[in-house]
Amino acid sequence: MAANKAFNATRGDKIFDVCNTIIMCLVLIVTLYPFLNVLAISLNESSDTVKGGIHLIPRAFTLENYSVIFQYQGLLQGAQISILRTIVGTIFGLISASMLAFTLSRVDFQARKFISTFLALTMYVTAGLVPTFLLIRDLGMINSFWVYVLPGVVSAFNVFIIRSFIDGLPYALQESAKLDGANDFTIYLKVILPLCKPVLATIALFLAVGQWNSWFDTYLYNASAPEWTTLQYELMKVLQQSTQQSGAVNANDMAKQMASISPESIRMAITIVVTVPILVVYPFLQKYFVSGMTLGAVKA
Amino acid sequence: MESTTKQASSRKRDQAASLNSRKTGGFWKLFKQQRYLYLMSLPFVIWAFIFSYVPLWGWLMAFQEYKPARSFFAQKWVGFDQFITLFQDQQFYLALRNTLAMSFLGLIFGFIFPVIFAILLNEVRGMIFKRTVQTVSYLPHFVSWVVVAGIVTKALSTDGGIINELLVSLHIIDQPIQFMAQGQWFWGIVTASDVWKEMGWSTIIYLAAITGIDQEQYEASRVDGAGRFRQMWHITLPGMRTTIIVLLIMSIGHLVSIGFEKQFLLGNNLVTDYSQVLDLYALKYGLEMNRYSYGTAISIFNSVISIILLFTANGIFKRTTKESIM
Repeated sequence: MAANKAFNATRGDKIFDVCNTIIMCLVLIVTLYPFLNVLAISLNESSDTVKGGIHLIPRAFTLENYSVIFQYQGLLQGAQISILRTIVGTIFGLISASMLAFTLSRVDFQARKFISTFLALTMYVTAGLVPTFLLIRDLGMINSFWVYVLPGVVSAFNVFIIRSFIDGLPYALQESAKLDGANDFTIYLKVILPLCKPVLATIALFLAVGQWNSWFDTYLYNASAPEWTTLQYELMKVLQQSTQQSGAVNANDMAKQMASISPESIRMAITIVVTVPILVVYPFLQKYFVSGMTLGAVKA
Repeated sequence: MESTTKQASSRKRDQAASLNSRKTGGFWKLFKQQRYLYLMSLPFVIWAFIFSYVPLWGWLMAFQEYKPARSFFAQKWVGFDQFITLFQDQQFYLALRNTLAMSFLGLIFGFIFPVIFAILLNEVRGMIFKRTVQTVSYLPHFVSWVVVAGIVTKALSTDGGIINELLVSLHIIDQPIQFMAQGQWFWGIVTASDVWKEMGWSTIIYLAAITGIDQEQYEASRVDGAGRFRQMWHITLPGMRTTIIVLLIMSIGHLVSIGFEKQFLLGNNLVTDYSQVLDLYALKYGLEMNRYSYGTAISIFNSVISIILLFTANGIFKRTTKESIM
């Protein structure tokens, strides 16, 4: 396109370029402002925040809000569980999706058709809230850590994305490994997995973000188990209590304590703590997830 | 895109042929040869069976008066009574209306904005600027709805919310509006936050579709004297058509089942009439009141509507645009 610039630069085009740049800048501002605003308020003295008018720069800078929230046992506990579920959930999800994808990429595999239909159906047929809840309850997973990880181990969508990536790899690699005496498991481990790094990074990001951001499973299954609480759930309670004076859900002590004394700055500090891990990770994985998304969409 | 699919399918044929020549025995012999493949897949198939298929058994509950303490066979069968109760409940129709309203709004704006954004982003000349805008636009997708709901509530609040501040200082309104406390704003707030959160992310796929458009078409149109708008309208947009339609059909299938998270997090007691959606209704009247059979009936109704919508949409598109996913 650049080569045609001179040829192309009519007056209308120039006007268009200016307008387009303005629109893009607006998108930038609308996307970034809320985050910067939250950050500014979290770094501002609570008593000063009440006066309002904090936009992008804290007026009375302080780290007090952060030191306050890190003293709450519940928050640290929640952070630990959130990190743990993210790590364990991501590992389980990656193993299941990559193994299934590898077997489904093998045209010679007898059960291939059956398994892919079986998995595809899970994407469209879901039992709904109540039957799922009763199953989890009957499996004895209420008030346990495993409710975060086990129900979501197999995700058909992830399997299909990885499979279409494996389909694009040269099959000759597998054949030569086979001639060298490797069995199917060794091929998966030594040949396929190393080549799948880009798509595995994409799926790992999806899984990790999903785990980190999830709060509803805590609400539904672990609301009465403070030892398994997660960061998102704690944030949810604090935010909900501030908007609804009525006091929404079975809040435990920590949330009550927080809500009664937590001014806006403290709520914003928690928001930042919950958000930062994601902001740190996603720019580095961008090149992977863009190709991963495109791949998934084409095949889906 | 087409050429790679062709390549893949021909490659698959070769692969199958080379393997078939080695295939000597019957089912069990092959089964033994492929034992590692079975070992790697069957545990997860069983897993998926337990967590995705076993709960479907629970659908039978919708035709019972389920009592938790009794065994399955000791339950009382009541036929369609649960559904009759459901269809007689005024709240149910409100929930249905809200679900459909917010789904359709989300569908319409969730398509229009990303498509326009993708087309405009594609026209940005500076590569660094383009990449920056794109990277920033993904950001909200990765943030949880809990955080987004907090941000939205903050932005719309009457004391120091940026939206009210802007509107007042521009003299569009005299008094700050209590956005979160009035039902008539709720659908719009949910739709707008959805667009804000997902616009950049949805754009990825459309940009990929635009990349696939033959550049010669642009050159040719330029020689014919077409301006930027004509190019967008006659080349870029038709080039995205297949992608747009496939995505549209897929999201129609999920229309009724999309999201209760936003409604749960953004809603409050003052706006229930507008924020209650079918899933929340199932949560409140089914699960929290232990009326399991009733809650299941709601879920089944939800699924039936989704399937009807999916087939209808697919049928319409098949007839009008020759595109379909089935």
